[in-house]
Amino acid sequence: MRHWIARQRYLIDYTVAALARRMAKNAGLVAVYTALVFVVASVLLYSHALKREAGFLLQGAPEVVLQKLTAGRHDLVPADYVEKLQGIRGVRSVQGRLWGYYFDPLAAANFTVMVPPDRVIPAGSIVIGEGIARTRGAAEGDVMAMRGSDGALILLRIAEILPRDANIVTADLLLVGEADFRALFGITPGLYTDVVLSVAQPREVRTIAEKVLLRLPDTRPVLREEILRTYEAVFDWREGIVLMLLVGAGLAFVILAWEKASGLSADEQREIGVLKAVGWETGDVLTMKLWEGALVSGFAFLAGFSLAYWHVFTFSAPLFAPVLKGWSVLYPDFRLTPAVDGLQLASLFLFTVVPYVAATLVPVWRAAVTDPDRVMR
Amino acid sequence: MRVRQFRFSDMALGLISLALVAFILALLSAAGASAEHWTANRQIVSTLGLTDLCIVTEARYTRHLSQADGHAAFQDHPMALEHFPSGAILSPPPHLRTHAPLDR
Repeated sequence: MRHWIARQRYLIDYTVAALARRMAKNAGLVAVYTALVFVVASVLLYSHALKREAGFLLQGAPEVVLQKLTAGRHDLVPADYVEKLQGIRGVRSVQGRLWGYYFDPLAAANFTVMVPPDRVIPAGSIVIGEGIARTRGAAEGDVMAMRGSDGALILLRIAEILPRDANIVTADLLLVGEADFRALFGITPGLYTDVVLSVAQPREVRTIAEKVLLRLPDTRPVLREEILRTYEAVFDWREGIVLMLLVGAGLAFVILAWEKASGLSADEQREIGVLKAVGWETGDVLTMKLWEGALVSGFAFLAGFSLAYWHVFTFSAPLFAPVLKGWSVLYPDFRLTPAVDGLQLASLFLFTVVPYVAATLVPVWRAAVTDPDRVMR
Repeated sequence: MRVRQFRFSDMALGLISLALVAFILALLSAAGASAEHWTANRQIVSTLGLTDLCIVTEARYTRHLSQADGHAAFQDHPMALEHFPSGAILSPPPHLRTHAPLDR
């Protein structure tokens, strides 16, 4: 065993010395390889973590959200719709919701304004998400001025700031009392933004949605299962788009690796010939090259993945931020809960390490089984 | 005193070990990650009746993606083009693309 280990170490000594002779080329290859694994792993980790978190959090979303459509656009729902829905068998509760968007010219950001269904916020007070507090530089007790639909300024005191840990769902949220909401947007009593239905039997959700459509044909139900599917699909799509963009980079890398691995230069061929002439066996040459492939791709995989992990989970993926941020001023600054999917890790390994090692070995094997005299000529 | 000779294999194995330690630390950190705040956040989602994650805030239809309809991106004026960057990377909800019976 000791003999075997010593032998492998000598082979590694030789391999690294040979790599060091073409330092710039090989260092460049390792850097590009690591960068490629880093970007692909970042995308996979980010999407997987977001998908997992979305799947868990949105289990709490309403079972059915009902929107009213007028000429293909969202419209306010009259209160008598709520009464009509209450009569449907299997519906446990029906609640009209009040929510909307407010563009804040001071911060040049969009807020989601909502009347919370579970608590009463006193008139003149608001509860805001951490993103709004950060964007506006506001603290608890400060007064925020908002312009109502009639142009009048409405002054609202910040009663509470929602915790930073909840940023993934509440960063841009502004909770306000019903009277203030109606004053702000000029929505008269008896009108709601949409309606939320709670269903007694989860299996009946689709049937109930169909009944709702029969009773109120100008509405559009959005089911919780659709919300969950939306997020599943969105991240698959996004992952797909980024990976598509990376195909170019991937192909460039394949060409680089292929050129390096398969197009054995005359120097390398002569080297193999000399090694065989001085007594190396084909197996030794192959083991040496196997070490080369394993060291280069193993390092690139381990380092690339580790860097991706810290990039996504410690630094909140700053490289993706510009893409996600778009033109929004209020950017939700949330930290994802670290999660690594074993299957994803295995496929990343399979698609990055194995092809490289294979591409290194095949041409070397061809050169190594040839007569040294011919190789050296 | 015998001076230990520099060996390339020490350097290579040292580098690989460093990368391996970083990799194992990453896996351990993922395994030990606490998702305690998830339950609290799901509670917020369920009490407020939230339907979407706050990932993008620039456009209505990307902020509340599941509530948007297929034409939301083009509703600003007739012949309007979809012009928000986030619209390019977020796909429309699948229930709109499949034209499910409940779709309007």
